[in-house]
Amino acid sequence: MTQALDRIRRSGFVALMSYVVVAIVLVWLIGNFVQGPREFFQVGLIGLTNGLIFGLVALGYTLVYGILQLINFAHGDVFALSGLIASTLIISGLGLGQDASVPMIVGGMLLALVVMMAFFALVNTTIELVAYRRLRQSPRLASLITAVGMSFIVQNIALALYDVDYRSIPNFIPRSDAFEIFGVGLGWNKLAIIIIVLPVLAALTWFVTSTRQGKAMRAVAQDREAAAMMGINVNRTISVTFALAGSLAAAAAIVYLLQFNMRYDTGFELGLIAFTAAVLGGIGNLSGAVLGAMVIGFIQAFNEGLTWYTPGSDWTRSIVFGILIAILVFRPEGLLGERTPEGA
Amino acid sequence: MNDRLAAVRAGALGGGGRRLLLPLVAVALGALYPWYVETLRETPLVGVYMPSLNSMVVMIVFTMMAVGLNVVVGYAGLLDLGYVAFYAAGAYTAAWFASQQFEQWSFHFGSTGISPELPGIHLSIWLVLLIAGCFTAITGILIGLPTLRLRGDYLAIVTLGFGEIIPQFVRNGDNVFGFDLTSGTFGISPIDSPGFGETLNEWVGLPVNYQQSFDRARLFYITALILLLITVFCCVRLRDSRLGRAWIAIREDETAAGAMGVPLMRTKTWSYAIGAFFGGVAGAFYASFKSGAFPADFYFNISVFLLCMVILGGMGSVWGAVVGGMLLGYLNVEGLAKIGSELNAAGIDFEPTKYQFGIYGAIIVLMMLFRPTGLIAERRHKEEMEHGVADTPMYDVTAEGSDTDRNPSND
Repeated sequence: MTQALDRIRRSGFVALMSYVVVAIVLVWLIGNFVQGPREFFQVGLIGLTNGLIFGLVALGYTLVYGILQLINFAHGDVFALSGLIASTLIISGLGLGQDASVPMIVGGMLLALVVMMAFFALVNTTIELVAYRRLRQSPRLASLITAVGMSFIVQNIALALYDVDYRSIPNFIPRSDAFEIFGVGLGWNKLAIIIIVLPVLAALTWFVTSTRQGKAMRAVAQDREAAAMMGINVNRTISVTFALAGSLAAAAAIVYLLQFNMRYDTGFELGLIAFTAAVLGGIGNLSGAVLGAMVIGFIQAFNEGLTWYTPGSDWTRSIVFGILIAILVFRPEGLLGERTPEGA
Repeated sequence: MNDRLAAVRAGALGGGGRRLLLPLVAVALGALYPWYVETLRETPLVGVYMPSLNSMVVMIVFTMMAVGLNVVVGYAGLLDLGYVAFYAAGAYTAAWFASQQFEQWSFHFGSTGISPELPGIHLSIWLVLLIAGCFTAITGILIGLPTLRLRGDYLAIVTLGFGEIIPQFVRNGDNVFGFDLTSGTFGISPIDSPGFGETLNEWVGLPVNYQQSFDRARLFYITALILLLITVFCCVRLRDSRLGRAWIAIREDETAAGAMGVPLMRTKTWSYAIGAFFGGVAGAFYASFKSGAFPADFYFNISVFLLCMVILGGMGSVWGAVVGGMLLGYLNVEGLAKIGSELNAAGIDFEPTKYQFGIYGAIIVLMMLFRPTGLIAERRHKEEMEHGVADTPMYDVTAEGSDTDRNPSND
């Protein structure tokens, strides 16, 4: 059976099928474009901003996976918890309302962003310390199962603090159009997402590629033992990675709040989508995670927003997971990843 | 070193009677439960905590699934986070073959307790259980074939994906190209109940139909228990079979097992199929017990709930899965609600049922951190955890005198 599958994979069949799939998707997209070009671009913008949010969460998965080979299931729930706490901080802590002045809003949001990122860096590091560190020498399955359990614990902490209600922040960043090109408007809140996410991505790239700690992270990801022998403090590096992932989740949660409301279990579905994005891009690969997230963001937005021969939001989850399964079966290394000896 | 070997041997060969005593007592107590449950529930203090027969049926069904999941997770070491898909497949098979879902066809075979003119497919539930098991096993194989090549965590995420896709398919399946397959969010209800029909009733006194019997709960309970015992028996026998040893070899070291000639794909697929089979039978039986299959019952948390049972009991240990399943099943059906009302009566404002999955999550984390072998540790798993896998040999070769010691040149 394995041989059969390998033969299929080696033959031109998979390549042919992937061309066919891409062709069908293209026809579908062009058809929708012809039906209504304005809606098409409008929906595309939604996909872009959603993709950016997914990207921030996906980076958290991919960072941790790269360094520990652990799918940190709790990450999505950390994202949800940070969003809920952020909503409290913005509304009650900072007292920002609909009528706040522009400098107040900008300053308050930036402050909230910094505070939440710092706090959730701490939270995520604590999770690693309490739950995962002891199991580092155990079979990989052990830490994976622990991560699943941790995810439920974090989710229930959010449930205990915020009950089952949806939380949101006031609409103080207007949804009216910031500017318009060819009749397609870009709302202020979407613009704000782009303005927040791009610098965060740039800062992350700088951190990983240009700092000493970033270099240590890459070294530990490549070979933990060799890195330790070279004098790198492995424990601290792993803690830093979890801190980075936690702060990315907090940043993602705040930009998520600009557009949507959330509750305790928002993190489960979004986490799965983000994880799919990370796998699609090639897990462990930072730019891959963002690319995968953009692709998933567009797919989700087009599926839910377009009308011409579209399955609709009832099927979003199936489509996302269908992609995940197809990727894992036919191209486990993802779009940008490298083939690992593990075989996947 | 030799003491340990002797102990292991004694555990494996001798002392069989003592090892069997506890399970036999448990089974006997379980089988007689319907006859003393009423008295038990009247005992002061602890009586209120005793589960009713109906709750016991649910607990046993979930335990059956836990034992099935144990084949996949415990024996073969494949983390399956989508077991709920098999449960759903089983429940819907029962719904298709024993209800009025397909009104356009009318086919009766061995069905009891319903009018023969009723439209739809109505097979005997005993047959349906078997069909559900086989259908689910095939589903398991279909899911397994492309994905079992993946290792560990990727497999987990793919099974999770299937565990999400299948319920969504069921939810949206009221219009599959114009054909109503699953009745969408409404689910399929009613589903026929088990029974043996008039003829067998007259000959050997077996009940005609469970649902219409005044002894409904007791009949369902006994049947569930028998199904569970069959499952446990099969799983115990499978563990010691050639296939079971191959699973354990794969769990311990996949590469080494492959090098020793264990066909990896085939062996893993079998574990999937067999695990799925029991999940399907349990799902079908549960659907028949509840007389309905509803898409809201199938969600990710159930998969984790079942996984928690296996981990609590001890991965790879059949009796562990049974104990874990019954314990958590009890908490799920009655225990947490009762503890909650006790807490409320004591003035503490805490609802355990609301946080049940947080509690299961905490159990998983605590078990993994402090007792990874589970409540009832499987012998091999325990050895592995306590003494390591490959570093220390099971016994000292040189002390026993092997061929290499008697090198003629030394004499």
